[in-house]
This record gives sequence, C-alpha cells and structure tokens, in this order.
Amino acid sequence: MDLSLSKDELAFRDEVRTFFKDNVPETMKQKLREGRHTSKQDLVDWTRILHKKGWAVAHWPKEHGGTGWTPVQQYIFNEELQLAPAQPPLPFGVNMVGPVIYTFGNDAQKAYYLPRIASMEDWWCQGFSEPGSGSDLASLKTTAKKKGDTYIVNGQKTWTTLAQHADWIFCLVRTDPTAKKQSGISFLLIDMKSRGITVRPIVTIDGGREVNEVFFDDVEVPAANLVGEENKGWDYAKFLLGNERTNIARVGMSKERIRRIKELASSVQSGGKPIIEDQKFREKLAMVEIELKALELTQMRVVADESKHGKGKPNPASSILKIKGSDIQQATTELLMDVIGPFAAPFAADEPGSNEISDWTTQIAPGYFNYRKVSIYGGSNEIQRNIIAKAVLGL
Amino acid sequence: MDFDLSEEQRLLKDSVDGLLKTSYDFEQRKKYAEEKGGWSKSVWNKLAEQGLLGLPFSEDDGGFGAGAVETMIVMEALGKALVLEPYLATVVIGGGFLRRGGSAAQKAAYIPSIIDGSKTLAFAQLEKNSRYDLADVTTTAKKRGDGWVIDGEKFVVLNGETADTFIVTARTKGGQRDHTGIGVFLVPANAKGISIKGYPTQDGLHAADVTFSNVEVGADAAIDNPENALPLIEQVVDDARIALCAEAIGAMDESLKATVEYLKTRTQFGVAIGTFQVLQHRASDMFVALEQARSMAMFATMAQDFDDAKERATAVAAAKVQVGKSLRFVGQQAIQLHGGVGMTMEFKIGHYFKRLSMIENTFGDSDYHLKRVSDAGGLIN
Repeated sequence: MDLSLSKDELAFRDEVRTFFKDNVPETMKQKLREGRHTSKQDLVDWTRILHKKGWAVAHWPKEHGGTGWTPVQQYIFNEELQLAPAQPPLPFGVNMVGPVIYTFGNDAQKAYYLPRIASMEDWWCQGFSEPGSGSDLASLKTTAKKKGDTYIVNGQKTWTTLAQHADWIFCLVRTDPTAKKQSGISFLLIDMKSRGITVRPIVTIDGGREVNEVFFDDVEVPAANLVGEENKGWDYAKFLLGNERTNIARVGMSKERIRRIKELASSVQSGGKPIIEDQKFREKLAMVEIELKALELTQMRVVADESKHGKGKPNPASSILKIKGSDIQQATTELLMDVIGPFAAPFAADEPGSNEISDWTTQIAPGYFNYRKVSIYGGSNEIQRNIIAKAVLGL
Repeated sequence: MDFDLSEEQRLLKDSVDGLLKTSYDFEQRKKYAEEKGGWSKSVWNKLAEQGLLGLPFSEDDGGFGAGAVETMIVMEALGKALVLEPYLATVVIGGGFLRRGGSAAQKAAYIPSIIDGSKTLAFAQLEKNSRYDLADVTTTAKKRGDGWVIDGEKFVVLNGETADTFIVTARTKGGQRDHTGIGVFLVPANAKGISIKGYPTQDGLHAADVTFSNVEVGADAAIDNPENALPLIEQVVDDARIALCAEAIGAMDESLKATVEYLKTRTQFGVAIGTFQVLQHRASDMFVALEQARSMAMFATMAQDFDDAKERATAVAAAKVQVGKSLRFVGQQAIQLHGGVGMTMEFKIGHYFKRLSMIENTFGDSDYHLKRVSDAGGLIN
C-alpha cells in the first residue's frame, strides 16, 4: 500500500503542470477562478492549444489520436488541468460521442468525425433528455422513421447544454415504436444546420444560458449517420453514461475553489478581522477539506484499481464519486456565499461570449445558484443511490 | 499509487480473519466477556501463537518488524469481531511506547512478555479535567534518590483491571498544561501505593480508575526523556487513533453487512423491507459514509510514517473527524434500519453501535480534531 507517485509519475506531473502554467490563456484562468461562464471562443482556442500538444483527446486509444497514458497519468493530467485552472475539452465530444464512435461506429464515421472532435472543428451537444424523459430516459419519444436512405426525425430534446454553439448533436431516437422501451432506441448523429431544427434557450436561475430546448420538425438525417445497429442505441447510451462517471469527482476543481475561498476569506473583514480567523467559518471550511481529502483518496483507490486490474468491472467505490463530488462542489459555493456576506446581492449580467469582466463579487451568488445542477445532472444523486443499492449492496 | 495488500499482508489478513471466524462469534464473545477482566486468556494465547502480538516489534526485539498497514489489518479484523482482548492497550499503545521510546533494557524487560502473551499493559493517561488534551497533566513524578515518586489519579484506564504494568503520564516539571515537563513511566500494577477500581465500559470492555499515592519506582522506570516526553506521547496516541480508525472501519463494515442482510430478510407488507427505496437510499448513504471513512483510515495509516510530526498529526486528526462522522451515521442508522430488534441486548448490531460510539469519544472526538485540523490551516494549501 503506497500513496505516493513514482518518480516517472512525478516527472510527468511536473511536465503537465509546466505546460498548463505556460499555455492556459489568462482570460480563461481568470474567468474560471471567478466562477464565470467561458465563451465559445475561449474553449475553442484552448482545445486547439491542447490539440497541438496532442493532449485534446488524451484518454482515447492511441490509434485514434490518444496518448496511451496509464490511468494514473490520466488522473494526474485531469487533476492538474483543474488546478491550473483550465477548462476540460468539451465533454460531449471527447468523453461522450467520441468513444461511442470509435467503439461502435463504422470506419467512415471514425475517419470523418474523430479528427474533427479532437481539433474542435465540430462542437457537439447531447440529445438525450426530453421533457417527459429525465431520470427515466428510456421512455423517450423523439422518433426517427426510415424513409429510403434517410431518417425523418420528429420530437423534442431538452437540457441540451450549449446547443447554441453546436455543429452536431448526438441523439437517442425511437426507431421501433412497437418495441418495449429500451429495445427500440437508436443512436443518431444529426447536423445542427439541418432544416427543421429549432434551438430555444432555457435561462437558468443564475441568469445564464447554458441549456436549451431543441425541436425536431421533419428533420431529414442521412441513414449513414446511424451509429452501430438500429435499435441498439440503448447499449451505446449505457456505455456512454458509464464513461461520464470518470472524473465526475472534480477533486482538482474543488481544491482550486478552496484555495480561492481561503484567499478571499483572508481579505474580507468581519468584526474587524478577516473572516478566515472566525472559528466557526474555519471549522466549516476544514470539514469540507476533510471530505474532499477523503474523496480524493477514494478516487485514487478507483484509479489505482484500474491501473492494476484494468477497466473491466467498475470499482464499487466509483459510485461514490458522483455523490460526494457534487456535494463538495456545492459546499464550496456555499462557503463562498458565507465569505461574501451581504455583497452577494448585487446582480450584474454575465453576457455569454463576452470577455468583459465585471466585479467578481457579482458572480458568487450565481455560482451558488448554478451549482445546484451538479447533483441533478449526469444521473441525479438519488439515481446514484439506486445504483449503489442495487449494484453494490444487492438490494 | 497502490492500495492493494501485498501477498504477505493478504496472508496475515486471511489468518487473523480465519482465527476470529472460528473462535469469536457473538455467542463465544459473551462467554469471553464473563472471564476475569472481561476477556479471554485463551484467545489472547491464540493471538500470541499466530504472532499477532509481536507484529510491530523489530526482529531484534523478537517481533516481525511489521508496519502500519499490518496493524490496520489486525485492528480492522478485531473491529469486525468486536474483540474484547486488550490489543490496543498492550500491543499498540504499550508496545508503541516501548518500541519508539524504550531503552534497550526496557525493551528486553517488557517486549518478550508482550509477544508471548504472558503480560499485558495499560495506559494511565486520562485525568479528571484533562479531557482530550494530552499536555494537561497534574499527576506528578518527583525525584527521590535515583528514582521517582508518583502521585495522582488516572481515569478510564483501558485494561487497567488486569494489566501487569501501567504506562503512566506524569508531570516532572512546570504547570498543569505546560507542554514540557511531562514524563512517561513504567509502573508495575502491584506496586505499593496503587489502588485500582475496575469496571466494565459501555461497549463491554473493561477499564479502571487508578490512584497512585506515593508510588516509588526506579530511575529505569522513565521511558524517553522524563522532562520532555510529550512528542512521544503524541506519536503513540496517534498510533492509537490510527488503530481506532481501522477498528471502526471493521465495525462499520460489519454493521452495514448485517443491516443489508436484515433488509433482505425482514418482510413487512408482504415484501422484503429492502425493496423500499427510502431504506435503500439510507443503506447507500451508509455505504458512502463507510467508504469515505475507509479512505481516510488508509490515509492515516500511511501518515504514520510521515517525517513531519505536524503533518502526521493533522492527517490523523482529519481521519478521526471523518471516521467519527461516519461511525455516528452508520452506527445510528444500523440500529434504525433494524427497528426494534436493534434496540435489544440480544442482537449483535447494538453492540457494534456501542463500540463505535465509544471509539468516537476516545483520544479526541470529531469536534476536538476538527478544531485541530482548522488550527493547522486545513489540508489544502
């Protein structure tokens, strides 16, 4: 049993850290530190920097442009990325549709889409949830009817993150209306410029526009855009959602948050002294730090297990990462509210896409509001508890 | 980065689990509790035969030179079986003082009889008003001739009823809460001037309140520097905290297993109660609490070898907080999910709850250690 990194791993960490130090654009760093939304251009530029270095799709297999890093190296990379802080490459491309394409797609699809994902030529979004299909995703109703060599798609997707920037959407659609739930679903790639697609913003409680509704009205999609086999889409979706859990703990990001909390709490005054000297505040903060340390170790247990025994069966401990990871992320936003006190109130719109920086204090409350999402998305924490009860405890 | 046990460690785990499986079920435990001092000499001898009492001692001292992970393995197993025998008091704490601070003569005089199971020890540290502060010592050790005279009262001395030797913290200099001027002394339990009032503790172990009045010991009784032994005390008490974290993991693990088993077998409204989502989620939360605590117990185990004493102390304190938080939740919910039978002396689950509850209040509770972590500036800088 050994917690430490090997000499090679330490050297790797230093290499990654130095690269981030020298290459993460200052605007992105500042926006992330202050809990702002980054612009489309911010992420495109940054992904291209990573791509040039060969690190945009680091975890992909080597033949598709990945690095061949060990699980520990990938862990270090993600940790350092979040600590920088820098934004991870758009997950809908590199973590979701990319792996589905290289695992289940045909050669033509691999050759066309994968390089464009890696270079951020295409911005992808995820068409899974529908108004009536949230946690019960398999009840989805959007249909795709085969007509010659095209599918005609009708229906509605929702909670589609950053669809306003997207070139492509990967969708779960019902191709066999007679089949029971899971068995009539297919995985379709749809060009967002297709006729009949309408994107409508959903403004969230923080005033931001991250999510959208996407409407499909007789949208024609070439049959060549079907991934894998027709009516097998649910299997690919399960594979995709399994990948989504890696990195969901966001330990590095929460660490970076805590550093920022300490920095701000050392300057904000309460009763004539910095709030960091208030015993109650400090103990609340220390409690979050302890929980985060525990989570970091739990994540290391999962990573160490993967590097030793391969990625086969997921470690039962990995089901914890989502629940505790989101709890802690939310706790850090609460601590920031505690630090800022009455100055949480002033509202200033943070225009998506704008590079204008307003006073950082106005971003604290929106960050707190916005982060309620993390225990809802990616399989709500209640769904995660169902998974633990069934898969781990056998209830 | 590796959290797996080595081949040798796996063998150790199998052997201690195997021993307890055959000789320490709940019914057997009840019998052992009725023996003298509340634990079984024959089980103790078996632990000695398997070499478990000699694990942490160096090979030169007749032990196996095992490290923190081996102690973690044993303590977790003892926690699972709710073992009553004085492993913590004798091997972890008593043994800890001797192997870390003892002179060659002290080691030679005491360690072989720990390893062969013939002698046990007890740590006389807690005082009426010291609570969790290890530096708060009013018991005195005054020089007389070449030796020392010890006066004072110690409370809740685990294994104090049956120990052959006490390890006593006493002030040689300075005021009640001064960090210097504290010594540690080996005192035979049958020395003149000692009176022992033994009793069972809430979790079925045994302890004693011990009064030392005009107790004379030789110059060779002092372990380490009699005027500055606090760093040693802090280190050995950290050893004990780490061991308690591991014991709590074992007890929580078993509590969760028993609870899940109960949810699967107990039927109400015509179905197993484990089919109810509200109970499934509670059990899932218990699992999360247990695994977070397990991670921190491993962290504390590895912190035992940190070079920097402050860093070690903060890591151990953090682990004690997480384990304390988790054991309260797991212990309480295990009772809750068992319903009425969880309240009965007859059912095993309540005994886990009681042991876990006492662990929380031993060598610093969660509040105490949370303050220490926050005073140290937290874990992330």
